[in-house]
Amino acid sequence: MSEQPLNIATRSAYGKKLAELGKTHPEIVVLDADLSGSTKTNIFAEKFPERFFNVGVAEQDLMGTAAGIAQSGFTVFASTFTMFATGRAWEIVRQSIVYPHMNVKICSSHAGITVGEDGASHQIIEDIALMRVIPTMKVLVPADAHQTMSMMDFLVNDKGPAFMRLGRADVPQVFDSSYQFKMGKGDVLREGKDVCLFTTGFVTRATLDAAELLASRGVSASVVCLGSIKPMDEDLIVNMAGRHDTLFSVEEHNVLAGFGSAIAEVLCEKRPSRLYRLGMQDEFGQSAPHPILLKHYKLDAQGIAESVLKKLK
Amino acid sequence: MLAVPTKTQSSRTWVYAPVVFLWAPRVWLFLNSSFLLSMQQKKSISELQEIARELRVHIITMVHKAKSGHFGGPFSAIDMLTALYFYKLNYDVNNSTWEDRDRFVLSAGHTCAALYSILSKLGMFPKEELWNFRQLGSPLQGHPKMKLEYGIEMSTGSLGQGLSIANGMALAARIQKKNYRVYSYETDGGAEEGMTWEGIMTAAHYKLDNRCVLFDLNNVQIDGFMSDIMNIEPVTDKFCAFNWHVIAVDGHDMKQLCAALDEAETIKGKPTAIICKTILGKGVSIFENKPKYHGTPPTDDEFKTALKELGA
Repeated sequence: MSEQPLNIATRSAYGKKLAELGKTHPEIVVLDADLSGSTKTNIFAEKFPERFFNVGVAEQDLMGTAAGIAQSGFTVFASTFTMFATGRAWEIVRQSIVYPHMNVKICSSHAGITVGEDGASHQIIEDIALMRVIPTMKVLVPADAHQTMSMMDFLVNDKGPAFMRLGRADVPQVFDSSYQFKMGKGDVLREGKDVCLFTTGFVTRATLDAAELLASRGVSASVVCLGSIKPMDEDLIVNMAGRHDTLFSVEEHNVLAGFGSAIAEVLCEKRPSRLYRLGMQDEFGQSAPHPILLKHYKLDAQGIAESVLKKLK
Repeated sequence: MLAVPTKTQSSRTWVYAPVVFLWAPRVWLFLNSSFLLSMQQKKSISELQEIARELRVHIITMVHKAKSGHFGGPFSAIDMLTALYFYKLNYDVNNSTWEDRDRFVLSAGHTCAALYSILSKLGMFPKEELWNFRQLGSPLQGHPKMKLEYGIEMSTGSLGQGLSIANGMALAARIQKKNYRVYSYETDGGAEEGMTWEGIMTAAHYKLDNRCVLFDLNNVQIDGFMSDIMNIEPVTDKFCAFNWHVIAVDGHDMKQLCAALDEAETIKGKPTAIICKTILGKGVSIFENKPKYHGTPPTDDEFKTALKELGA
């Protein structure tokens, strides 16, 4: 009997897995800033109340406190909305967590425009940029529930700071339960020959579907999912660049300084190529149900396919 | 293995000698063990005053040599930090990662010349290291960079963060069911940062009675006096309102400082803030209470005057 697909939000997979890890890892401590119901750290909190601390609406305090607990030998998972974790608390993350190399995993939810109706103030599209430019910080962006859980298996055994970007909305699964995440390694999801679509996170599913649409229009697309943004699978990028005429990056993030830019940095030096960056075109999001937003900003399958075809003309 | 009384007088020596031989080293080790270290370290008031004087000399010398750094704040801090380290703090200089040690976070990282001079005096690293302060590759960075072997518990420098970090350490103690205490050094300037008050709320909410803040109230910030730039008073009232136990002292009076540190240990259910009224640059008359000496190294003449006044 084939397994049931796990089409849940990455934040839900996170909350579930965190509580499971809490059983076998007594060194895990979890912190939240009044959003445990949304970030799903409440599942861990219920099972292990002595290892969970809510600091209220104080995200800078969240990160500072996390650093102090980690300094004492614990593995800390700190959660809130990504806007506040990587925006408001950016400096505390940089100074008190990453610089002294504290074992804090910033696993923040509600990243990107799929936050939906809350609107631009809550739709962070700069977090990948903000986190990856901190020296030594690791940046992970899971595409679905399975990748999230496998990334967490990595995180719990890795000693040092890391950022994992999670989403609010349910996402159809991309990987299955046999998936094993490897730090610094990407996953080729589809082999094609004309174009290569690099993707990460929530829009991975849509990118795969876009590849199908492109096939029906005579364009053969490879799809590569890079869940490990920093460090990035440079060899795979260079390899793909060597085998395709045109490259695209697709992200639920500003096209400036984020995922696509990270790929461009590799290409410029190692294999100069034409790379088009699809994503939020340096504009803020807005309120609407997230499927409408994805369609509006051309980050659904149809929009991605159209953008690719437009560039290929 | 106990001494066994024997029948004759002369043979008693032969029994006790091996006992002493075997047990003396164990007793010696026990006395030097961390368990009793805090009692050994307790200095007298006059000893503390003398240490603080000596460390002021080290502070001004290292900043003068580096031609860079802060000494005004370290001069207002050194008395309270000397009291903390040489009267109260429980640690083991031979085992800087002893898991039951008391912790200290220098939240106002720019006063690190005070911390470094103390750690060097304790023997955590050679005194010569002080003269490499702020030089390329030196472990004594311009603002603390975490190095447990040297007794530097955390990287700090950006104001407002250390209080939260110290709270985290205190929460860790609670999870581990350990009795160590966590101290942090805060300043009135640093308390202008909103994050400081987030931490103050957290410590009270979680009833962190293993937390104690040494709060340096010298009314000086970079652009001038705090009463002119951004008034933060009344500080003691604020801490009370935030549900802390508050003790107000003269920050340069060793007796009051030690008594406050003692009192803090007795408080249950609340963290303690020892609000220390201080003078920036205290110890050298030409520096006292002058904002310009927050972060400018002394000139050669000023350095000479300082050494003279400090009796060096």
